[in-house]
Amino acid sequence: MGEVLVITSGKGGVGKTTATANVGTGLASIGKKVVMVDTDIGLRNLDVVMGLENRIVYDLVDVAQGNCRLKQALIKDKRLEGLCLLPAAQTKDKTAVTPEQMEELCLNLKKEFDYVIIDCPAGIEGGFKNATAGADKAIVVTTPEISAVRDADRIIGLLEAAELRNPTLIVNRLRPDMVKKGDMMDIDDIIDILAVEILGVVPEDQAIVISSNKGEPVVLDLNSSAGLAYRNIAKRITGEMIPVTSWEAEEGLLGKLKSFFGFND
Amino acid sequence: MDIFGKAAGQQEPSSKSIAKERLRLVLVHDRASISPQLLEDLKEDMLKVISSYMEIDENGTEVTLKSDDSSVALMASIPVIKINRI
Ligand SMILES: Nc1ncnc2c1ncn2[C@@H]1O[C@H](COP(=O)(O)OP(=O)(O)OP(=O)(O)O)[C@@H](O)[C@H]1O
Ligand SMILES: [Mg+2]
Repeated sequence: MGEVLVITSGKGGVGKTTATANVGTGLASIGKKVVMVDTDIGLRNLDVVMGLENRIVYDLVDVAQGNCRLKQALIKDKRLEGLCLLPAAQTKDKTAVTPEQMEELCLNLKKEFDYVIIDCPAGIEGGFKNATAGADKAIVVTTPEISAVRDADRIIGLLEAAELRNPTLIVNRLRPDMVKKGDMMDIDDIIDILAVEILGVVPEDQAIVISSNKGEPVVLDLNSSAGLAYRNIAKRITGEMIPVTSWEAEEGLLGKLKSFFGFND
Repeated sequence: MDIFGKAAGQQEPSSKSIAKERLRLVLVHDRASISPQLLEDLKEDMLKVISSYMEIDENGTEVTLKSDDSSVALMASIPVIKINRI
């Protein structure tokens, strides 16, 4: 039986969809069977980030409402075997799926895949309830800004209320140069405030913009610092002990060399 | 605690420490305002403890969080009916 991980944030635009694509692809690249589920109904995005937008026939709502079989709606990734996407519906609204339907869907997917990664929409309403309904664990994404951390705190409270205790945290878009100058909160500051376990730090990285232009997750780019950060996150999810350090977020020569030679700690 | 920690060589507090302090305060308020259930649980636990020392009017008891700009206080009003002899 696999594990269902929901990737959520509260505040919009902090990097949930990018994280879902890279965690999913990262896990598949180390041999896991993975399905990514886009639950952002009406604002479908994971398909373009993955470069799979031209292959969609059926979607999440079709599956939930029984218009097609689950297998028919799963889109196979073009790069990695064992990686699939279940896209969100673009034309329906969020009420088209119920939490009960999501629970059943997750249960079915868990039988076939090692990991089910759920991309949650922004906000704390119905979409959040749907995305978390069938989840075993939660990953909260934040940026090092007050508003994002505040919303992450709220989400952690709501996750606990939904029996999803001890979520882990991804700090995204960290800028080591600004942290050094004292103009950006560091990982320690954020962990201190939110009191959760850290899963990884992803630096602000142009490679992410380039990779989403191309529809190729940055985790496959061996030269980017964000790619390295996501490879480490994927390994940590499988239980490997890789310490979280801020050099991971440094775009310096050392980081590049280390990732080139495959040293992760 | 280093509330207004200064970045090396600077006079002004760093914007990072301002952010952290503002965040800390806003979360005290947020966390206080989102869990009436927690307050109810707290009230029940308090009543349990206190009633082993004195007889109190459970229905007249009120437990609230009162907040102003820089702090949050737990306010409890518990009418005492009788104090037990020790
Ligand atoms: N580490 C990063 N460095 C640079 N750009 C990034 C980084 N992470 C995310 N982005 C960019 O930020 C934007 C928002 O990311 P994304 O769509 O993943 O956020 P989201 O949380 O899913 O948003 P929404 O709440 O709308 O679903 C995208 O354009 C993405 O390319
Ligand atoms: Mg998104």
